[in-house]
Amino acid sequence: MPASFRSQRKPSFVSRYLIRRLLITIPSLLGISIVLFTVLALAPGDPFGELASNPAIPPQVQAALRLKFGLDDPIPVRYLHWLTAMLHGDWGFSFASRVDVDVLILQRLPTTLAVIGASQVLALLIALPVGIYAATRPYSLFDQIASTFALIGFSLPPFFTGIVFILVFSIHLNWLPFVFRSDLAATGLAWWWEEFKQSIMPIVVLGMFQGATWTRFMRSAVLDVIRLDYVTTARAKGLPESGVVLKHIVRNALIPVVTLIALQMPIVFGGAIVTEQIFRIPGIGSLLISAILANDTPVIMAVTFVFACLVILFNLIADLLYGWLDPRISYR
Amino acid sequence: MAGSTHASPTADAAGVASPVKARTRHVTPWTEAWRRFRRHRLAVVSAIILLSMIFAVAVGPLLWRVQINDIDFTAQLQGPSWAHPMGTDDLGQDLLARMLYGGRISLAVGLAAMSVSVVVGTIVGSVAGISRGFVDSALVWLIDLFLSLPQLPVLLLLIYLFRDSLKSLVGPQISIFILIVAGIGSFRWMTVARLVRAQFFALREKEFVEAARALGASTFRVVVRHILPNALGPVIVAGTIDVAAAIILESTLSFLGLGFPADIPTWGRILYDAKDNLDIAPHWALFAGGAIFLAVLTINFIGDGLRDALDPRRIL
Amino acid sequence: MLGLGLTAPLAAQMLASSGVAVAADAPAYKPTKRGGGGALKVLWWQGATLLNPHFAVGTKDQDGSRIFYEPLASWDPNGNLTPVLAAEVPTIENGGLAKNGLSVTWKLKQGVKWHDGQPFTADDCVFNWQYAANPATAATTIGSYQDINVVKVDDHTIRIEFEKPTPFWADAFVGVYGMIIPKHIFEPYTGAKSRDAPANLAPVGTGPYMFVGFNPGDLVQGKINPNYHQDNRPYFDTIEMKGGGDAVSAARAVMQTGEYDFAWNMQVEDEILKRLEAGGQGHADITATGNIEHIELNNTDPWKEVDGERSSLKTKHPFLTDPAVRQALNMLVDRASVHKFIYGRTGFDTANFINNPKRFVSPNTHYEFNIDKAAKLLDDAGWKPGSDGVREKDGVKLHIVFQTSINAPRQKNQEIVKQACQKAGISVEIKTVTASVFFSSDVANPDTYTHFCADLQMFTTTMTQPDPAVFMRQFLSAEAATKANKFQGRNITRWQNPDYDKLYHDAESELDPVKRAALFIAMNDLVIKDVVIIPDVYRTLVSAVSNKLHAPVSGWDSNFWALQDWYRDA
Repeated sequence: MPASFRSQRKPSFVSRYLIRRLLITIPSLLGISIVLFTVLALAPGDPFGELASNPAIPPQVQAALRLKFGLDDPIPVRYLHWLTAMLHGDWGFSFASRVDVDVLILQRLPTTLAVIGASQVLALLIALPVGIYAATRPYSLFDQIASTFALIGFSLPPFFTGIVFILVFSIHLNWLPFVFRSDLAATGLAWWWEEFKQSIMPIVVLGMFQGATWTRFMRSAVLDVIRLDYVTTARAKGLPESGVVLKHIVRNALIPVVTLIALQMPIVFGGAIVTEQIFRIPGIGSLLISAILANDTPVIMAVTFVFACLVILFNLIADLLYGWLDPRISYR
Repeated sequence: MAGSTHASPTADAAGVASPVKARTRHVTPWTEAWRRFRRHRLAVVSAIILLSMIFAVAVGPLLWRVQINDIDFTAQLQGPSWAHPMGTDDLGQDLLARMLYGGRISLAVGLAAMSVSVVVGTIVGSVAGISRGFVDSALVWLIDLFLSLPQLPVLLLLIYLFRDSLKSLVGPQISIFILIVAGIGSFRWMTVARLVRAQFFALREKEFVEAARALGASTFRVVVRHILPNALGPVIVAGTIDVAAAIILESTLSFLGLGFPADIPTWGRILYDAKDNLDIAPHWALFAGGAIFLAVLTINFIGDGLRDALDPRRIL
Repeated sequence: MLGLGLTAPLAAQMLASSGVAVAADAPAYKPTKRGGGGALKVLWWQGATLLNPHFAVGTKDQDGSRIFYEPLASWDPNGNLTPVLAAEVPTIENGGLAKNGLSVTWKLKQGVKWHDGQPFTADDCVFNWQYAANPATAATTIGSYQDINVVKVDDHTIRIEFEKPTPFWADAFVGVYGMIIPKHIFEPYTGAKSRDAPANLAPVGTGPYMFVGFNPGDLVQGKINPNYHQDNRPYFDTIEMKGGGDAVSAARAVMQTGEYDFAWNMQVEDEILKRLEAGGQGHADITATGNIEHIELNNTDPWKEVDGERSSLKTKHPFLTDPAVRQALNMLVDRASVHKFIYGRTGFDTANFINNPKRFVSPNTHYEFNIDKAAKLLDDAGWKPGSDGVREKDGVKLHIVFQTSINAPRQKNQEIVKQACQKAGISVEIKTVTASVFFSSDVANPDTYTHFCADLQMFTTTMTQPDPAVFMRQFLSAEAATKANKFQGRNITRWQNPDYDKLYHDAESELDPVKRAALFIAMNDLVIKDVVIIPDVYRTLVSAVSNKLHAPVSGWDSNFWALQDWYRDA
């Protein structure tokens, strides 16, 4: 079909698709929240377990707490309580610290965005150029080295590379602190320098791990595209190589990359558990894992619910971007 | 993204095609694929190395008779020597024996979990990619659901629910293996599914799909014979990454009590146990990390070779 | 008296204060003025999640609260009492202790002010008792306050009255369960409203530091209290308690990079600690506790289900009730190697269940590690090796499931036991359970330690006060954990012995401290002789301390029991 005709028809399909997806969002979120809640309620473990192992605490205390938090009610009742509270903006009350859950999350949000968010940006900044360049010169020296580093990058887990970094940069060379402090005393430029020194290691550790996988995907996606007819045509037309690369190759290779980035974005909110543990970063990931280990259900529910919203949001954005990247995609 | 026709063979710097010769011989697609794979030297070498690793962990424990849990306090944290070619750990246990024993499990878990996630992900992604409307939305919802589930409580629940019944069915070792592979696979298939679905979105509008349909091909045939082979690129990369992730994830699970028991020395576990002694006994971590890296490296190049071999648009 | 292994001065002291000794002298404190010490930075690898001592779960919360709140008296490292908010420790001589054991009178220190300037009086103590004893508050300290009656005698004197003669009277208002919260701030928030108090997150106490900030699970911040009730104290201007991470990296932060001055609970292999100490920046501070890492033997059958209950009292274990098997197992635990190669200075091999305070330690027991002797014992009792090398008798095989929580030293310990057992013909299957599940009280989950769905299990029982009364409840027949009491009973081995019960009940009301100590020694001996449990190592409390910091630590109280006395060399 002629391109002009297609682009005339497309907007109505896109907006219909968008509306349909948005309408589905609410029930799908509800469905996910039901499954999440049920899983958490059925999973073994007990929020007040530590009380049980302490000989000085009589069992009535536990029983009283369970009653107070409604832990012995049937699951559908507990779910409805949670849902109505959520709709009123009450995110729940942590069993472990007796604090409102939204306060806990908001306390940790800035640090999470600053450190984990920065690492994702770093990963992207590494992966895109390296992946593209390696693919334009497949099996060259650059490609071999880049691929080997990428393979090392994702076969060594963050708990390992984190410790290696700490050993080298904190303990041996004493250049960088390795315990993250959210209450730096300095101000102005000195604060930025201190923040940089304590954030650079976790950002690099996580960024490298993430960047390694993205480099491989980028390279593979570009390789898929690079020998095709329109690339040859573009070169034959005398376009500069950078123009060929950027406008023709990359844009068409971006679909799998966009998929991956959309999948990874929610990880910022609660996924970098190991890195946060190693460097003691008070982010949402460490909040989640300590809530899971303490069976602090309200916190787990709140964090995973926000996580679910982010997942749905970013996947929807990715689906819409496909259409922009490749005009031939239709949303019927 | 896929294009529609090959670039001119004469413009291809990497391939030295002899199109005349290829066209006059009659070959089945599989022999053709095998021939193309063989030309990819790196893939062949990697396949040989991987097969040797598999052979070593399968047969090695029968040849190297040192016990994996022979505690010997006089030989703690020793570097490689004739008695202990890979050195010892902090209880004096021989690392070579532990690596060979654990390698069986690590490689089996890595390959099995990768297969599960790739197969399930490809199926779900293909179905979602080729269908419209309700089926696509339902599958997207399913993918989003699995992406939102917090891994640890779900795994705890799965193990709590199924461990005893599986144990009575197939025995303790295999039941743990099944649970771990199912657990790890169930958290990695979503990426593959979304990648496949995205590829399908682009590919299903292509002319060759229209052509195939016009010729009367059923949807199933269109998907399997025409679209899927073109969609394999990201799937293969994801598969490689999944092997490494599965091996490491197993060690994280065992640290949390959900994987194999703590005294089973899988490679990820050895790496985890070694991390606190990195400054004085680096050999402990290096061998385990090196083994994982080697497995991942070989699978990666095999994947490259497979892609070159199976992709109908390649002209080697 | 002397025949029991007690020295004369100690015995006399015990008599004077009914078994609760008074600390001799305070540790030397050098600084001559308040403040000027800069920042004190401490690292807890489990961060405090709340700051109300009556809700504290675990030492992390107790320690976080202890920065701001104080009790009437604290336990020093030797298990003796030091007064904090009390003017002096009650004894029989000064009239604080009633001779009939029915009451204790505490005199409160004069001139103590809360951080907001209000005076500390006896009303606050009475309020704390009512607050904690109220079941609607669901305080974790309720055990210390529910069976007493607290009477205000005057503004600075209170009297605690007991229903029956109570030999161990130093429970309420003492140590970690005794931190006192202000009445004038918490009074509107009692009972069911207790969780709404804003002061739960912003404490106002009498302690050496005042509240600045709190991020649950992450950070507690305090600044110097200029009106603290002891002279020249505290030394530091601010305190920061950071939480999270793991024990090894915490040790590194103190002993290698010097980023922190103190790290809590170094559950780290001694080898690693020694290596870090060699760097010269910090050292491992080791202090005694009563905690004992031990192996429990199941008296019931975990593999048979009766009325929907496993390990039911209605069953008997197929082979662990055979004394020969128990004795053999006792000889197959290589405690010396566990001490030497795993725990080092953090755990010492022992033959006793009670290892501290010294006056309660039995001199009548000993242990032995001898695989051949164990094998012979089993042979003589009729347990002959079968075709697969595993011993059996009358169709019963000696196959043991040995469970414990996930914890690197524990897994190594299991390995050592497994190896020795296998050499003697006993097959061992190791099972590990994630700690949050193992130590939970989930009624439906068979993996908890109270369910004991295994033949052997291993963990540490903590002694929260320098007195074994609560500690030894776990062998009482009535405390057996059953489905009926939702597995909350403390007697997990489900061993039932009327002789033990009688000794325990006698000790509950025995006011003569020497006789009481003898009773506890007898109880310990009974438990060891019957191999109800196999003691493995007794644990010490290890902290990482910077070499310039002086920080007295006590294993019987919070790590911060003497926080006001911490100082750093200039």
